Amino acid sequence: MKTYLPSKFLIERDPERCIQCQVCVNQCSFDVHYYDAEDDEVRSREENCVGCHRCALFCPTRAITISRNPMDYRENYNWRPEVIEDIIKQAETGGVLLTGMGNDKGQRIYWDHLVLNASQVTNPSIDPLREPMELTTYLGRKSDRVELEPDSHCLKTELAPQVKLEVPVMFTAMSYGAVSLNVHKSLARAATEMGTLWNTGEGGLHPDLYQYGSNTIVQVASGRFGVHPEYLDAAQVIEIKIGQGAKPGIGGHLPGEKVSTEVSLTRMIPQGTDALSPAPQHDIYSIEDLSQLIYALKEATNYTKPVSVKIAAVHNSAAIASGMVRAGADIIVLDGLRGATGAAPKVIRDNVGIPIEMALASVDSRLRQEGIRNQASIVVSGGIRNSGDVAKAIALGADAIYIGTAALVALGCHVCQQCHTGKCAWGICTTDLALTKRVNPDIGARRLANLLRGWSLELKDILGGMGINALESLRGNRLHLRGIGLTDTELEILGVRMAGS
Amino acid sequence: MRDIGQVNNPYHDDKVIDACSLFGVMDTSGGRFSGEGIIRAIANMHVRGNGLGGGFAIYGLYPKYADFYALHVMYLSREGQREVEAFLKDRFDLAYAEEVPTRLTSGIIQPPAVWRYFLGVGRHKPEEQSEDNYVADRVMEINTRLGDAFVFSSGKDMAVFKGMGYPEEIAAYFCLEQYQGYLWTAHGRFPTNTPGWWGGAHPFGLLDWTVVHNGEISSYGINRRYLEQFGYRCTLQTDTEVVAYAVDLLVRKHGLPIEIAARVLAPPFWNDIERCPPGEQKLLRTLRQVYGSLLLNGPFTVIIAHHGEMIGLTDRVRLRPLTVGVKGDMLYLSSEESAIRLICPDLDRAWIPMGGEPIVGRLGTSPQPQPVTIGEEVTSDAN
Ligand code: SF4
Ligand code: SF4
Repeated sequence: MKTYLPSKFLIERDPERCIQCQVCVNQCSFDVHYYDAEDDEVRSREENCVGCHRCALFCPTRAITISRNPMDYRENYNWRPEVIEDIIKQAETGGVLLTGMGNDKGQRIYWDHLVLNASQVTNPSIDPLREPMELTTYLGRKSDRVELEPDSHCLKTELAPQVKLEVPVMFTAMSYGAVSLNVHKSLARAATEMGTLWNTGEGGLHPDLYQYGSNTIVQVASGRFGVHPEYLDAAQVIEIKIGQGAKPGIGGHLPGEKVSTEVSLTRMIPQGTDALSPAPQHDIYSIEDLSQLIYALKEATNYTKPVSVKIAAVHNSAAIASGMVRAGADIIVLDGLRGATGAAPKVIRDNVGIPIEMALASVDSRLRQEGIRNQASIVVSGGIRNSGDVAKAIALGADAIYIGTAALVALGCHVCQQCHTGKCAWGICTTDLALTKRVNPDIGARRLANLLRGWSLELKDILGGMGINALESLRGNRLHLRGIGLTDTELEILGVRMAGS
Repeated sequence: MRDIGQVNNPYHDDKVIDACSLFGVMDTSGGRFSGEGIIRAIANMHVRGNGLGGGFAIYGLYPKYADFYALHVMYLSREGQREVEAFLKDRFDLAYAEEVPTRLTSGIIQPPAVWRYFLGVGRHKPEEQSEDNYVADRVMEINTRLGDAFVFSSGKDMAVFKGMGYPEEIAAYFCLEQYQGYLWTAHGRFPTNTPGWWGGAHPFGLLDWTVVHNGEISSYGINRRYLEQFGYRCTLQTDTEVVAYAVDLLVRKHGLPIEIAARVLAPPFWNDIERCPPGEQKLLRTLRQVYGSLLLNGPFTVIIAHHGEMIGLTDRVRLRPLTVGVKGDMLYLSSEESAIRLICPDLDRAWIPMGGEPIVGRLGTSPQPQPVTIGEEVTSDAN
């Protein structure tokens, strides 16, 4: 069938610069560049280009320029190019539109409407280069109070297991299979170096990675892939995945082509079979079932590690989160509207769920109203881009933040949204061995650790500017936030006052 | 319903911001002495205030009525007084009441009427409630529900005197040189943003706990949200109030010794905790894990007092001043050493404590002539 889709991008190759070396031909995994031997010329099939920039960055003479195809449609606010092209795609394929990464739509990004405070005159700012500045965070259930032995004043309270983070930023769940082993290695090593945690996602833990167990969160999801006693024992935290922000209410599907020998071993499924994660956990149809799974996992690991429960941020998050805490979750993870994925139906990714800022604010407030905020740590994810977002999330009430897309960008990802194709030219979201070797775990770990190092330094500057020298004094301290361009209702839900008030 | 927050913080800022002078003096042997010295000492730090608030707390003040709650109430109108007096008669056994004696003083303008009531709880309280909680609740009720009246002192055998003016003017107005007590604290205030209000001066008190405070607590937002979970209503919208409630929660409700509570308000750095011996390390770590939201972050010095104890504490990097002086059984705490030397020139010792190190004066225990190193008391307690 002749496609009616126009190319998204134009590729210009400067003939003065091009030396016909064919690097671009080899780098492109989407079959864009090819060598025409007859004419001894490298050419492009523009219609295949996804805008991942791999070729442009690896071209030794910088001969390639990629730009948006300026082909304009007649202006129409309702029938925008994306809408038209989605219909064309479906008319040609008859299927669900799949996509990768997170929601790219224009729903309000509240981080951009929040600003932070700083000290002036009445209290001094603190210079993090000269004074201690503490980012240390402990995740896990806290008691209501500390009790001491009456006479000796020795500690009587025994806290539930706590996990220490040197930086309040962790790497979110990305399963082996969705991303490559080299990506897992990079994440695990960077987390270990920076004193934080990485998350296996639902695809199990490769044998090579057990050595990083004390910095690992292992996931137990609806497919139960790769879950066995050693897997649970290896981890620092166990996370039950109920949902994810990119596709609330939807299961997962790892196509058989991606289930290589190694992936099949780690996932404990036959090679080449599709790995299907059911939409719900079939042993959790209600809150009391969740409680049973939480305690089953606690029993299995002898109450030595916190159990976390991850949900997608949806309309009733506050009530659901309260139930999760009461069901025994030590950490609750909220993944917002912009949370990313290896593959999701586009209609779900772009239309289901609520912004993480709103979910976080309402969950934190609800747990405080009910006096149970101390019983669980709150971790948020879904589109967190920089240390400014991190600081604002902490001020709204988060204990720590998960990053996914930001971590992949550190590894080379250019957010081309083709993760579901398995052809990631940056070698991240693929199990094709020719591509996965593009991520060198040593270099990957260094890039990730650098990112976290940069963010920690910035967080310390932000704290110091506020005259605060410990992160816990910013946590939930919404007086250090002000809103810009928000309605009264938005401000009320965020628990933040308008700038200038 | 009257919004006290609106009176104290009319612009509805995040919190009231002020800077100040502090002074505290205690005879740890329990000997009572007059206010003459502390009035001179706090007057010596005149320029640290701006005349928009001064006050004193005195302990061992009313030995004759030591078993009765002494409520000091400020009235803005006759109706206010009638209303409150009817309320008090209804809820307490009244032992004695009088207007607090005052003298005309040039610096004091438009003073409200201040009365004191010595009250017994008797059979008025529900059986399961403690007398202290009953009184605290009634004080909250008057301060938030009844108009034109404000209770600013509610402990036994102690009282707070405060108002608009420099502290030495307030002392003169209330004739404080004529009173005797074994423990005195004083405060001169420099608010940046309030027109000043009699109830907004320090000391701030609840039952026999009082706080005088110099500083701005940048963690106020979360301290307040944390305390609200335990039922405290921060009606005054000042960070001083948060200090008082935090101490009340930790010491009175959770039963922690004040030295340990100080480790919550101004905890050691995580690195320092890691270097402590195991028992102490675990205690300090647990305290921070559980009470992280009560860490008072930002510049502050406080002098907290209740019967038998006076505690001086700064934030953990000491961004506001505190000097300690010791002479025999006498313990002095002050924003400036000169103020101590003025009234006690031959101190045994004067020093500046480490940031976050609590200085505790206790009845019956002579003050430490040597500074205590960080963690020492906790160590001996924990092991
Ligand atoms: S990589 Fe650059 S120089 Fe090499 S063939 Fe492609 S466009 Fe030409
Ligand atoms: S991971 Fe790869 S495929 Fe996915 S958005 Fe990034 S560059 Fe594109």
